[in-house]
Amino acid sequence: MSEDQTKRMAIIASKGSLDMAYPPLILASTAAAMDVETMIFFTFYGVDIVNKHKYDSLKVAPIANPAMPSPVPMPNIIGMLPGMTAMGTAMMKSMMGKINWPSIPEMMDVCLEMDVKMVACTPTLEMTGVKESDLVEGVKVGGAADYLDFGLDANINLFI
Amino acid sequence: MSDITPDEIADLKGLNCPMPVLKTKKALDKIAGGKILRVDLTDAGSKSDLPAMIKRTGNELLEMTEAEGVYTFFIKKKEG
Repeated sequence: MSEDQTKRMAIIASKGSLDMAYPPLILASTAAAMDVETMIFFTFYGVDIVNKHKYDSLKVAPIANPAMPSPVPMPNIIGMLPGMTAMGTAMMKSMMGKINWPSIPEMMDVCLEMDVKMVACTPTLEMTGVKESDLVEGVKVGGAADYLDFGLDANINLFI
Repeated sequence: MSDITPDEIADLKGLNCPMPVLKTKKALDKIAGGKILRVDLTDAGSKSDLPAMIKRTGNELLEMTEAEGVYTFFIKKKEG
C-alpha cells in the first residue's frame, strides 16, 4: 500500500450499552492494525463509552432483548424486575471473561495507542452535563461537521 | 514443523478476535524490515483475519500451518 492509498474508516457510536460498545472499538482497533486511518464519533449514549466515570460499568439490559442468552428460558417481562439488568450484565461479563476478552477500558487503551481518532459530540456533552475533563484522556470534542469532514473521505462509514 | 527460522515468536494462544490481529500487528511494528515473525494462536477466525491484515499492511505471509488446534503463521515484515 503506498501512502496516497491510505484507507479510512469513520464510525458513529450512538449506543452506550455494554454489548453495543464493543463493535466500534473492535472494528476501529482492527482497522488501525490494518493501517486504516480511523475515527470514532461518539454521540448520544455512545459518549458513555468514553466517559471515564462510566466506561468501566456499562450495562446490558435483558428487557426487550430476546437475543440475550439466558441459562433458563425467561419471559421478557421478568427483565423489568429490579436487579435483572445487573444480573444480565454480570452474566455477559462472565461470558466475556471465559473467552479472555478485553474490557472496554482495555479496548479504549488499545484504540488510543493505535492512534484511532476519538471525538465526543459537543451538543451531547452540553445536554448531559458531561465535561471534557470527564472524558478518557486522548478523546477530543467536536461536532457533526468534524465527523463529516473525515467521513466524506472515508472508504467505510458505519453507524452503530 | 516448518524449516523457516523466525527472528521473533509471539505466543497468542487462547486469545480471541480482535486480540490476535492487534497483537500480531504490535509484534510486527517492533521488528525490523525483512525479519520474520512467528505467531502461534488458537483462534480459528484468525485463519482469515491474519492474512487480511498481513496483506493490507504490505507484509508477507510465508507460511501457515495447523497442528492440534494451534495455527502457526510465519510473517515477513516489509522492508523500510
